[in-house]
Amino acid sequence: MSTPTTIFSAELAARLDRLVTLYPVKRSALIPMLLYAQDEIGYCSDAVVAEAAVRVGITELDVRNVLSYYSMLRQKPLGKFHIQVCTNISCMLRGGYEILEHCQHKLGVHENKGVTPDGLFSVEEVECIGACCWAPAVQVNYDYVEDVTPASMDAAIDKYRQLARPQ
Amino acid sequence: MAEVKTVNLTVDGKQITTPAGTLLIDACKSVGIEIPAFCYYPGLSLQGACRMCVVRVEKMPKLQTACTTPVAEGMIVTTESEEIAQSRKGILELLLGNHPLDCPVCDAGGQCELQDMTFKYGASGSNYVETKNHKEEQQWSPVVFFDRPRCILCYRCVRVCGEGMDVWALGVQNRGSSSVIAPNGGDHLDCEECGACIDICPVGALTSGAYRYKTRPWEMNHTATICTHCGDGCKTTLGTRQDNAGSEIVRGDNRDKSGINGDFLCIKGRYSFDFANREDRLTQPLVRQANGKLEPTTWEVAIEHVGKRLREVRQTRGGKAIGVIGSNRTTNEENYLLQKFARMVLQTNNIDHHRTADYPALLAALGGAANKAASLRDFEKAPAMLVLGNDPTEQHPALAWNIRTNVRTNRSRLYLANHADIKLRRQAKAAIEIPAHGYGALIRYLAGQESEFVPNDTATKFREALLAEPELVIAFGSEFRGRDLETLVAWALTLPNCKVAALGDYVNSRGAADMGVLPDFLPGYAPAAEGAGFADEYGAPLPTEPGMNLVQMMDAAGRGELGALYVVGSNPVSRYGVEPAVLANTFVVVQDMFLTETALLADVVLPAANLYEKSGTVTNTYGDIQLVKKASDTSGVRTDFEMIVRIADKMGARAQSMVPFGKGLRADLGQSRGAQSGEADRHAVWLAANNYEPKLSPFDPFATFDEIQRLVPSYAISRFELFSGADKAMRTDLVQIANFPADRADLVLPANDTLFTSGTLGRYSKVLHEVMESRETSPAETAAD
Ligand code: SF4
Ligand code: SF4
Ligand code: SF4
Ligand code: FES
Ligand code: FES
Repeated sequence: MSTPTTIFSAELAARLDRLVTLYPVKRSALIPMLLYAQDEIGYCSDAVVAEAAVRVGITELDVRNVLSYYSMLRQKPLGKFHIQVCTNISCMLRGGYEILEHCQHKLGVHENKGVTPDGLFSVEEVECIGACCWAPAVQVNYDYVEDVTPASMDAAIDKYRQLARPQ
Repeated sequence: MAEVKTVNLTVDGKQITTPAGTLLIDACKSVGIEIPAFCYYPGLSLQGACRMCVVRVEKMPKLQTACTTPVAEGMIVTTESEEIAQSRKGILELLLGNHPLDCPVCDAGGQCELQDMTFKYGASGSNYVETKNHKEEQQWSPVVFFDRPRCILCYRCVRVCGEGMDVWALGVQNRGSSSVIAPNGGDHLDCEECGACIDICPVGALTSGAYRYKTRPWEMNHTATICTHCGDGCKTTLGTRQDNAGSEIVRGDNRDKSGINGDFLCIKGRYSFDFANREDRLTQPLVRQANGKLEPTTWEVAIEHVGKRLREVRQTRGGKAIGVIGSNRTTNEENYLLQKFARMVLQTNNIDHHRTADYPALLAALGGAANKAASLRDFEKAPAMLVLGNDPTEQHPALAWNIRTNVRTNRSRLYLANHADIKLRRQAKAAIEIPAHGYGALIRYLAGQESEFVPNDTATKFREALLAEPELVIAFGSEFRGRDLETLVAWALTLPNCKVAALGDYVNSRGAADMGVLPDFLPGYAPAAEGAGFADEYGAPLPTEPGMNLVQMMDAAGRGELGALYVVGSNPVSRYGVEPAVLANTFVVVQDMFLTETALLADVVLPAANLYEKSGTVTNTYGDIQLVKKASDTSGVRTDFEMIVRIADKMGARAQSMVPFGKGLRADLGQSRGAQSGEADRHAVWLAANNYEPKLSPFDPFATFDEIQRLVPSYAISRFELFSGADKAMRTDLVQIANFPADRADLVLPANDTLFTSGTLGRYSKVLHEVMESRETSPAETAAD
C-alpha cells in the first residue's frame, strides 16, 4: 500500500513500499527505512519521522525512541560529507584523537557533529567502527579511510571537496 | 477444561507446587516470599531491566532474574543470601548514582520502593564520585509532572500507558545512561490523563498536579470508597487531610487493587474529587426572600420553610401537584428514602430522575433469569465479548480497560458493532460499522429475525462467529431501549452461556432505577399499582396510579399544575433545557453542592454533601452493589439522607417510620462510616438531645439498607461481604416484572460524557477543566446530575 503523499522521491517511495512487505511485522522495516530516508533527505527530519510512522504503522514517539537510540541515525542535518573519527581503544592508541583534532582544526568545527558553514563537512567522534586492524580509522559517509595520518586525512578532505564541485 | 499442569520446586527450603508457566517471582509471592522488583509489574510485559529480583537457582551459572524465569520441576531456589544481597546492593548503588536523594520533599518519600530497598540493603555509601546530572522538573500536562533525575528507568510507566491504556504516550529515548522517559508531544503529553503512569512509578519521578508537594503519605487518612462519576463504579482510595472546613481529599488511587477495577482508574476517579473544595461550594441554606433574592439562612429556618410549604401544597392541591426529581449520584439508601418520602409523605408517584439506560426494560426482558447479568468483572475473563453501541473508552473507561486487558492477556475475542470508529476497534477481532439508527435492525438480524439490515460478507461472518462462541458477554449502550433491548436480551438468552449488561452513565444510575426513583415502579421494580406490600410496611396508604415522568412534570409546571418540585442532586433545567418561566409558579426546593441552573431558580437551596462525604451503597450499571464510605467532610453541608429525614419530620412524619432505626439488630454500629467521625459525632449530639439511642440514628443509612434488604429481594446480598469491601451482584433472578407495558416511554437521554466531562458535576472540576483547556477544545455541552 503506498502512502498517498510522500516527501521522498518516487524511487525511494517505491522502495519503501516494498520494504514494509519484506518482514513478518511491518515495524521491522523501521531502521532500514530511516537509513534510506536519511541518505536521501540528509537527516531524519520531523517529516521523515511522520512519514515513517505512517508507513510502519506505529506512533511518531515510537519512531523517535528508535531514532534516538542509534547514533548512526541523525536528528539534525549534517555535512554533505560526514567525517566520523574513531577514538576507541585501537584508534586512540594509534592517534585517533590527533586525527579528530586535526579535522576539527582544519575544518573549523569544534563541537561534536559541528557542520562547516558551507554545509560540506561535519565531524563526529565515534566509537569503534570495526576497522581496528587499520587504526586509526575514519568513516566518511559510507567510505572508510584507513591508517589515517594528518596528511592522508587532508588528501581525503580535498578529494571530497572536489567531488562536491559541480562538474 | 484441561487439567493444569503443576510443577514442584523448593524455595528457601519451602516446597512449592504451582501451575507450570508461573514466573518464579509470582510463585514465591504465593507462599509469602517477597522478591524485590522495580521493573516487574503483574499483568504487563516482562522487562528484565532492573536486576533487583536476582535469585540463586541451583545448577544455573549466574544469578537469575526471578521476574523472567518460569518455574521448572525440581528447581531449588535461594532468594536471600550474602551473594544476592551484595548484588542487589550493587544495583541500588548504581541507581542512586544519579539519584537526587531529595526524599524529604519528594511525593514518594515514605512509600517509595527505592527508599524501601535502600533501607533493606543499606546501599548508603557510594563509590561513584561524578557530579549528579540535574534536570529541572517538567510539567507534561495538567495531570502529569516529570522529575527526570528521580527516574530509575524501570519502564513501568511506558508499559502501563502502552499495553494497559493503549495510549502509547510514553517512550524511552536515547540509550544507556542518557536514556530518558519522553512524552509523545515532545515537551508535553497528549494522552488520556489517567494517571496510571504516576501511580505505577516505583519512585517519585512521575508526580500528579493534584497531589504534588501537598502532603506526606503518613499524614493522610485513607478511605476506600466508590468513584462518584461514571456508571462503572470503580473503587478509589481517597487520601484525606484535616483542613479548615472539615477534611479535604488530596489524593485518589487504588494501589491496593482491592476493588472491582483492579489497577484501573481514569482521570475522574483519580483526580476529579476537586469539586469538593471549590470556593463557590454552597455551605449555607439559601431561601428566596420577598425581594426575590436567595439569601443565606439557618438550617432550622430553611427546613421549617420547606416542610411548611410542601405540607400546604399537599393539603390544598394534593400529592398530584408535587413532583420529585432524584439523582444519579446519591446512594441507594438516599434514593430509596426519597421515593419513600415521595410516596408515603408527599403522597405522589410523580418521581423520576434523568434516565440514562432502560433498566426496567432490561430486567423485564431478563424475566427473572439467574446469572444472565454481566458484572464488570465478567469483562476481564470472558473468552468472547460483544460491544454494541456506546464508546467505552470515553464513557465506561473501566470497562474499556477490562476489555483491553482481557484481549491482551487472555486472547479474548472482541466483537464490535458501532456507528462510529471507536478506539476499542483496535482490540476487536471483528467489527462492523452500522448507521447511527441501525442498531434495532442489526439486533433483529443477529437474532435471526426479519430485518431491514442488509448483511454484507463481513456482517455474515460476524454473525456466524458470534453464534459459534461457546461463551459470550454483551455490553450495549443506550442505543438499545424498549423493544430493541427486549429483542437483544431475548436473543442473548438463547445463546449458550451469555450474559448482558446495559451501559448507563452515572455512578448510581442503576441504583436510582432499582430503588424506584421512577413514576411507575417501586423499589425492586414492583409496579406502582401493586404497592400493597410497601404500604403495609410503611404503615400508610400509597398512591397506586403511576405518576408523571420528568418531562410530564415540567409540562405540568408550565401549565401551572405543579405546586411544588423537590429536586435532589440533579440539574434538570440545564439537562432538559427548561425555560425559567416554566417553574415560575412552582415552589422549588433544590439540594445540591452548587448554584446550578436549577438551583438558581429555586425557592430554597439546601447545601448537600457529595458521595465522598457520606456512607451507604451504590450499584453500578452492571448491577454490582458496593459500599460507599465517608472519606471527607465539609462543614455546613448535610447528606441528602439527613435532609430528607428532616424535611419529612417537619411535615409531621415520624422519623421512625421513615428510617427503621433501632429496629432489629442489623443496623450499623458505626463501623461503616469510614475514617472521619465528624458526622457520627454531630449526630451523637443530636441523638443525645433527643433521647435516641446513639449509633442507631434516623440518619443512619444502614438502617434504611436493612429495610431495602427486607423489601427488595434482589438486594438480598451478603452484608458481611459487602462490608468487607466486596462487590456483590444484584440478584436479577429475584426481579419479576409482570405485564411490562410494551409502549412504556423509556425517556432515556444519554449524557454522552467524554473522558473529561461528567455532567454538571464535571463542570465544577478544576482538573477536568484544565485538561480540556490544554487540549483547546471548548468544554462540551454537558449538563445535569
Ligand atoms: S496519564 Fe495515562 S494516558 Fe497519560 S501518559 Fe500516563 S498512563 Fe499514559
Ligand atoms: S518515570 Fe517512574 S515508572 Fe517511568 S521509568 Fe522512570 S521510575 Fe519507572
Ligand atoms: S471509569 Fe468511571 S468509575 Fe472508574 S474512575 Fe473513571 S469515572 Fe470513575
Ligand atoms: S577502535 Fe577504531 S575502528 Fe575499532
Ligand atoms: S524485577 Fe526482575 S529485572 Fe526488574
